[in-house]
Amino acid sequence: MRVNVTVNGEARQADDVWEGESLLYLLRERLGLPGSKNACEQGECGSCTVYLDGTPVCACLVAAGQAEGREVRTVEGLADGDRLDPVQQSFVDAGAVQCGFCTPGLVVAAHDLLNRVPNPSDEEIREALAGNLCRCTGYEKILDAVRAAAK
Amino acid sequence: MEFLRPANLAEALAAKAERPDAVPLAGGTDVMVELNFDHRRPEALLDLTRVAELAGWTVEDGVVRLGAGVSYTRLITELGEKLPALAMASRTVGSPQIRNRGTVGGNLGAASPAGDTHPVLLATGARVEVASTRGTRMIDADDFYVGVKKHSLAPDELIVAVHLPVASAPQQFAKVGTRNAMVIAVCSFAVALDPEHRCAGAAIGSAAPTPRRAAEAEEFLAAELPWDAPAPLRDSVKRRFGELVASAAAPIDDVRGTAEYRKHALAVLARRTLGWAWQDYLGSERTCA
Ligand SMILES: Cc1cc2nc3c(=O)[nH]c(=O)nc-3n(C[C@H](O)[C@H](O)[C@H](O)COP(=O)(O)OP(=O)(O)OC[C@H]3O[C@@H](n4cnc5c(N)ncnc54)[C@H](O)[C@@H]3O)c2cc1C
Ligand code: FES
Ligand code: FES
Repeated sequence: MRVNVTVNGEARQADDVWEGESLLYLLRERLGLPGSKNACEQGECGSCTVYLDGTPVCACLVAAGQAEGREVRTVEGLADGDRLDPVQQSFVDAGAVQCGFCTPGLVVAAHDLLNRVPNPSDEEIREALAGNLCRCTGYEKILDAVRAAAK
Repeated sequence: MEFLRPANLAEALAAKAERPDAVPLAGGTDVMVELNFDHRRPEALLDLTRVAELAGWTVEDGVVRLGAGVSYTRLITELGEKLPALAMASRTVGSPQIRNRGTVGGNLGAASPAGDTHPVLLATGARVEVASTRGTRMIDADDFYVGVKKHSLAPDELIVAVHLPVASAPQQFAKVGTRNAMVIAVCSFAVALDPEHRCAGAAIGSAAPTPRRAAEAEEFLAAELPWDAPAPLRDSVKRRFGELVASAAAPIDDVRGTAEYRKHALAVLARRTLGWAWQDYLGSERTCA
């Protein structure tokens, strides 16, 4: 089937999309946006988190066909040209990135949190990031990054 | 495979009548996992996310009609006061990303014994509104679950909404998991006080082939709760209630916990949640008086 979707503000089209395919596969393999990572394909790790119509979701759990006519914003769409989004910059500055695999998902989840709650408590940060796994950082630097971005 | 994209409920029901083998797709948080892992290869997917009739809720005569497609996140933010136990259960589901997509309709459709909303639906006497091109019918939550991951829908039927009374008194939900977020319940429990009928609903999850009510425990409460002379509950009442709740369970040993542990944990959850709910009730009685 054909899927039309607006990705990072741009109208995109993909053909021969398999009906059971995920939005994550569509983004990575058909639209050439490898920012969202594929790690578990079962909603457990959050590394595929993208905005769908402004709401953070696991792209691996959205059927590509469900995104027809909708708006997707990926980690690639957060930066303003060459200027990183403050959340992205803050992850770099705080050393919250090691292998980087979890980073795109965490950045999108943190970005959404700070949009909703400009000055979150540690508890709110932990709850907002509970769906994102990181196997490297031990999370402390990630918490630092989110705290710093909130300032 | 086909991808069916009905624009409204009539189209969705017509599609399901014509293609009973089509798998409904709401938030996708259960279905997509099965597709991604090749556990399921349906002939067709029936995307319900464009069906506006499933996406809202209304309140009439003290009953919330909750559309099958309302996400947990919306339920928590919009209905926390009217449906406190359902909101509590929703807060324990997965992660923000899962709650942004997952729905009570999908929880019912999956009918997993571990689904977090089921004990609440049972304890509050909820009814499930299902429809087909043949018409609409209401199924009591009690009659909805018929086996492990089996429900009582006909192949041409869709879940349209869930009807739950607006809470008139305290309710509680509690779940045991191996950590705070992102876990399937080892066991779960809901209790809902009903001062009007001088009784309380109590139901367990993840501790029997289906979610189920703890009927003996409910009868015990109806006889023992001191509605007319409200006072703190005696420990012996809470303890006995816990025992009766545990005896309603028929759990299995699995990777998440042993049967014995589940029974023990249920007794503790029941005792505690009843204590909290009753304490809240006493507090609200005092402020009203
Ligand atoms: C990482 C992760 C964590 C999770 N954690 C929890 C948890 O803590 N607690 C919990 O209870 N669940 C949990 N789940 C399971 C899942 O999120 C819930 O069962 C959720 O309620 C499913 O809703 P959905 O809208 O995504 O359903 P879908 O996946 O779209 O559908 C689920 C089932 O219901 C059927 N269905 C959907 N809508 C209808 C309808 N209107 N009429 C008839 N059938 C329908 C589908 O065909 C399918 O069989 C988790 C899942 C994941 C991936
Ligand atoms: S790849 Fe989607 S949550 Fe892990
Ligand atoms: S930095 Fe490696 S998984 Fe998080």
